Amino acid sequence: MKIAVCIKRVPDSETRVKIAADGKSLDEAGVKFILNPYDEFAVEEALRRKEKAGAGEVVVIALGPAAAQETIRTTLAMGADRGILLQTDRIPADGLEVAKALAAELKGAGFDLILFGKMAIDDYNHQVGPMVAELLDLPCVTTVAHLEIEGMKGIAEREIEGGVEVVEFPLPAVLTTDKGLNEPRYPALKGIMAAKKKPLHVKPAALGAGGGALEILALTPPPERKEGKIVGAGPAAVPELVRLLREEAKVL
Amino acid sequence: MSHVLAVLEQRDGALRKVSYEVVTGARRLADALGGRVDALILASGAVKGTEQVGRYGADKVITLTNPAFALYAPEGYARTIAERIKSGSYGAVVFAASATGKDLAPRVAAGLGRPLAQDVVDLAVENGAVTVIRPVYAGKALMKLKVAGTPALLSLRPNVFTPVERPKAGTQESGAAAGPAGRVVVKAIKAAEAGTLDVAEAPIIVSGGRGLKEPANFKVLEELAAAFAGRAAVGASRAVVDAGWRPHADQVGQTGKTVSPTLYVAVGISGAIQHLAGMRTSKVIVAINKDKDAPIFKVADYGIVGDLFEVVPKLTEEIKKLHG
Repeated sequence: MKIAVCIKRVPDSETRVKIAADGKSLDEAGVKFILNPYDEFAVEEALRRKEKAGAGEVVVIALGPAAAQETIRTTLAMGADRGILLQTDRIPADGLEVAKALAAELKGAGFDLILFGKMAIDDYNHQVGPMVAELLDLPCVTTVAHLEIEGMKGIAEREIEGGVEVVEFPLPAVLTTDKGLNEPRYPALKGIMAAKKKPLHVKPAALGAGGGALEILALTPPPERKEGKIVGAGPAAVPELVRLLREEAKVL
Repeated sequence: MSHVLAVLEQRDGALRKVSYEVVTGARRLADALGGRVDALILASGAVKGTEQVGRYGADKVITLTNPAFALYAPEGYARTIAERIKSGSYGAVVFAASATGKDLAPRVAAGLGRPLAQDVVDLAVENGAVTVIRPVYAGKALMKLKVAGTPALLSLRPNVFTPVERPKAGTQESGAAAGPAGRVVVKAIKAAEAGTLDVAEAPIIVSGGRGLKEPANFKVLEELAAAFAGRAAVGASRAVVDAGWRPHADQVGQTGKTVSPTLYVAVGISGAIQHLAGMRTSKVIVAINKDKDAPIFKVADYGIVGDLFEVVPKLTEEIKKLHG
């Protein structure tokens, strides 16, 4: 089974966001970068599918700056076979531009499965996976939390409001992964050593000159919540809380 | 003249609440663009609630039916919507950023070769171009974007665009959506227990964290949620989901759901940055925690310092009185 996993290098979820001097981007000074947490589920699923099939290849593809090589190495240490970095210093805000560059790399490469995390925890774009599927005319299921594959047919489950959708699809397919699909492994020391020798091909990302049709006008901190108040201590404070919720906040 | 297409959602033949929010957002854009709102519904037959859509600002309500559209049909829906967009002069297309909308909108966008802004919390038209605001970095920043060209495709975060009455004609049209269902087929929906609301859409959320001490103790939160008479859902912090106490579907936070309820009650939740990311846009936040220095009190509008096992049952009792 030949599987591609598209990943992203993102700021750690615990990062304190500081906005850069241009007022449009993140000040990256001192920011720790990690493998996008949802992509970990995609990498893990690819490794398990390959292990189950007993043969195949897991290729990890990232679009990002030179430093994303480290992120790819993390996935090679987990067990992926080789990596490809589509290098760019500026990831477009327009997810379709990212999807086009990835689709150009994936097209005709003969992958049975192309996996993505359901979204990146930096831009929350939540779109590149299904866009790649559309561009390559492949079946796609997003936010997969349970997956069974028999031969060239798959059944996926995805969370929707108030329930779970059961979805059938044929392979080859594009899937985006949600938490709950599996428990991602940690790279073992042996894997970390092996990863250093695995192939990692770097080439320029095939991005359009314009950067897409979405222009970032500003990045601002969210409005501060106004200072709250401690209503009181213990159950004795509850009637006053309910009064405030009714009369002041008017939410009851 | 630039019109706006509002893509509504139905389940089991009834419009979902988020659909009225989509019409409200679409109306705002249409007023600024000087155009009409066309509301589009895909279904397998007549849909309940369509007669209400005009009240919230739809000039036309178009129901397109296909036997394959009883449940969500990703490819069939995307193709039908893309064709509709191509056949009209739409300046913008508005989806819900629901589980379905977030899956559907990127397919339509890529099919049309247009960009997509997901999970929008505010929108405007400036100098003829659609601008949107969307939370990024887990809500730790807001990004303002300008969409060049038309149509602008966007999805609206549920519970943010409160439906506003703006009566318009709401003329009903219907027709058949042609074409096969597609390769990806939704076979069934395994419904959650009857009457349970999803945290992503509930107007009230009662969330629990490690302070609950053990899974069985979530009963006190379930009782509180029940006291709100069908308007509240029970949420959970990452710590308790990772510990296997609660399902991932209930998780609020950066690797769970981002929610904007009218009222968020955080119980025994310290307020880690990744949890705050998921709920800081709630309209009113109440924190109940025995640690007076817990970070959750910094974002809470109202706090009670105390033992949740004493405070929550008292709160349940008081809420029951209101609804009694």
